[in-house]
Amino acid sequence: MFALSDTLQRRFAALKSTADFCSLRYVQENRESYWVRRHVAQAPSFVDDGGAMLTVRIAGVEAYAATSDLSQAGLQAALERAEQMARALAGHNLLDLSDLPYPVEQADDVMPGYQQPQASAAHWFELLMAESALIPRDARLVDSHVGLTFTDHQQIYLNSAGACLRRAQRYVFPQVGVTASDAHDSQSRSFGGTHLARQGGAEVLQQLGVIGSAARIADEALQLLLAPNTPSGARDLLLMPDQMILQIHESIGHPLELDRILGDERNFAGTSFIRQEDFGHYQYGSPLLNVTFDPGVPGELASYRHDDDGTPAQREYLIRDGILQRPLGGALSQWRSGLPGVANSRACSWNRPPIDRMANLNLEPGEQSLAELIGGIERGILMSNNRSWSIDDARNKFQFGCEWGQLIENGELKGVVKNPNYRGISSGFWRNLKAVGDASTFEVMGTPYCGKGEPNQVIRVGHASPACVFADIDVFGGVA
Amino acid sequence: MDARQHFTALLEYLQAQVVGEEGFTLAYDAEVSSFIRFNQGQMRQAGQVQQVYVTLSLYQGQRHAESKLALSGVLDEDLPLLQQALQHLRDVLPTLSDDPYLRLNRQAWRSESMGETVALDGTTIAQQVVAAAQGLDLVGFLAVGPQYQGFASSWGAFGWYAASSFNLEFSLFHDNGQAVKSAYAGEQWDAQAFARKLDSARQQLAYLGRPAKALQSGAYRAYLAPAALEELISLCCWGFGAQALASGGSPLQRLFSGKAELSSQVTLEERIEGGLAPAFTAEGPRQALRLVSQGRPGERLVSSRSAAEYGLIANGACSGEYPLSLRMHGGELDEQDVLQRLGSGLYIGNLWYGNFSDLPAARLTGMTRFATFWVEDGQIQAPINTMRFDDSLFDVLGAQLEALTREPELLLPGGTYGARQTGSMALPGALLSRFTLTL
Repeated sequence: MFALSDTLQRRFAALKSTADFCSLRYVQENRESYWVRRHVAQAPSFVDDGGAMLTVRIAGVEAYAATSDLSQAGLQAALERAEQMARALAGHNLLDLSDLPYPVEQADDVMPGYQQPQASAAHWFELLMAESALIPRDARLVDSHVGLTFTDHQQIYLNSAGACLRRAQRYVFPQVGVTASDAHDSQSRSFGGTHLARQGGAEVLQQLGVIGSAARIADEALQLLLAPNTPSGARDLLLMPDQMILQIHESIGHPLELDRILGDERNFAGTSFIRQEDFGHYQYGSPLLNVTFDPGVPGELASYRHDDDGTPAQREYLIRDGILQRPLGGALSQWRSGLPGVANSRACSWNRPPIDRMANLNLEPGEQSLAELIGGIERGILMSNNRSWSIDDARNKFQFGCEWGQLIENGELKGVVKNPNYRGISSGFWRNLKAVGDASTFEVMGTPYCGKGEPNQVIRVGHASPACVFADIDVFGGVA
Repeated sequence: MDARQHFTALLEYLQAQVVGEEGFTLAYDAEVSSFIRFNQGQMRQAGQVQQVYVTLSLYQGQRHAESKLALSGVLDEDLPLLQQALQHLRDVLPTLSDDPYLRLNRQAWRSESMGETVALDGTTIAQQVVAAAQGLDLVGFLAVGPQYQGFASSWGAFGWYAASSFNLEFSLFHDNGQAVKSAYAGEQWDAQAFARKLDSARQQLAYLGRPAKALQSGAYRAYLAPAALEELISLCCWGFGAQALASGGSPLQRLFSGKAELSSQVTLEERIEGGLAPAFTAEGPRQALRLVSQGRPGERLVSSRSAAEYGLIANGACSGEYPLSLRMHGGELDEQDVLQRLGSGLYIGNLWYGNFSDLPAARLTGMTRFATFWVEDGQIQAPINTMRFDDSLFDVLGAQLEALTREPELLLPGGTYGARQTGSMALPGALLSRFTLTL
């Protein structure tokens, strides 16, 4: 583990620099992916990616240079490119970072599962083929896939103030999906992929219930194909955790990113309906709404001890009893705004700089069981597993679609409906939160696909949530 | 580092390594990019990225596996990594089962494209942007530098693409939060051309300063500028893929099954000449394809794998089966007549964050964003607040399509996920008799 650590530390110490401050962030990722589609094993894919980003600060101007040439000469050349850029842009910079503090800690962070021996390709294909075989040979089942990706991530952060932060993590991304189609329509049902992943080893597959799920997924795809469309109109909406995480992500996570609020993302990812002056008193949701930044949940995708700028990470309430507390802003954004924040300065790899990102963003459980949530709904609908998401650039007006819908009438679950969609406005939607599920409905999930930033970055974020009920939401189905 | 020399040296090394029935393909993707962000008219974040990736695929009979590696660009360091990857693939192949859909293109084709290699200095361009943006709330992103793509096989295929370019996307914000977006991209930076782009955007800011009009949900006449139409087409264009069409995943499945059609004004083609993507993919030389002809379905994009799986003929499409240089034919509407023909309705500069309300029905939703105006009697009246649309492509580019502008506009991708995107799209603007807003 950390095989390059000594070498990198030696080479970093030997760099010749005139910068006031410099840092090196080395990232090594090894990924293996196995995939079975329509009962046929696909070619396995392996990725071996590694490189370093050198960041310098000269007279308050920061610039970076990233390289996959980790030799002494390669690192020196990258450092000089960064220095040259910082000097050339002096006087044109928005921020004078001369007084921005930098980390000095030294720590190792090895997450569970990282040191577990990895099984062979043949082992994983055997498991995936067995899972695929659970999908019946029905002519309407036109597509299916079962897949597994393992990613090992190592990171070493060094800086000229003596910090040395090392982290090692393993991520597991399972997925199962089936599409049913007739002459007119097609409906898909899936498990994992965009919303279900964990840190850890092979045990994650059992924890998540992936093994043995394919037959149910296939059956549900067929049920959807035969189901009527979701009716239009206002209803109480019961969102299961696999849709709640999308709702949290898009209409709480993104609008609370402090760099958006400070305007950095206005050209691409957008702005926020939240303003700096809203923190501390804005009524974000009903009093049932409690949202935390929690880097300490075992297995959640963004559990870590330090972010990528070296800031120590700890649990914080972002929203407490419905009131907005603090933004998702790392050390730089906190310094710019004077607001409190969290340790969420993150980069997707060695060739992209850290920016404010979601990490583990969780909705805390309430007190009602799933049966009680359903029993409290007179006319409603259950929706599960996101399949479509769209929201405006201020993260306010949204429309989300799910794979699975079930009507609820007089406190009982009724028939399955297809194409369940709903729309609303973030600023009002969370105030309609009328019931929050208890710990028995709480699930730890996450997505590997959160996009943001210029240059663009896709990053892994963790989300955990119970099932929740929202009052009087505009729902609708698809084309007849 | 001379990228072409690096690529050919890696290739020669591999050619000397393979034995017996082994075969390989080697894909090469490299770039040296300056990335500079702007906020409030000044430089917010700046850096440079130098990266080289190769993807080695090893074949033996019907078995294959691939390995993607980050390389340093220094041959002495890279060859041991390549050898290690080759050995790993050799160890894995015997444990795999045969792939019944492996139909690799084993032809010895050749394709080379070397664009302008004029050195572009990102910091000099950034300094000019900051100077020109004085007094403006400019937010934007500049990507500058050379890109290289290569592909070769042990069967004699060789493709090479090199280009040096810049892409500046920027937005100008009014104090009221309204904004206009523009882009300037090319191979040689022209300060005058940038000044004209900036002036054009600045002029729209004057309209954006007027009190915004709040619209009710409902259907409106609308004009979609090419950048707005791009969002709708981008959402659907992967639906031309043979696998997507065969597996119920394509939003164009009803078009290709004859259950829906588009306006006879709509002709879409995947082209080679005039586009900015390499003329080859890992599947071999690309082919010009007519995907929609006067509203009716044409060819689909077929990779060699789909050809084997569904009994089709491969046509050089990339493995993802999406178009790389899509062009929609223009119509009869002159650009200067757009507002007059629109009369009263919406002028929509950009659409954003599109997704599906009902995929098989090609029913799309998304948001207006940047420079969207209310027009009355051919005159811009006021910006409108952000609105959500929800409409079917078969209606928007079907019965609701009144006219297309004469000259398709070349739209360059600004995407930088993992690497700077290549490719392009050329689209006209679209005048619609109605466009449905829902929220």
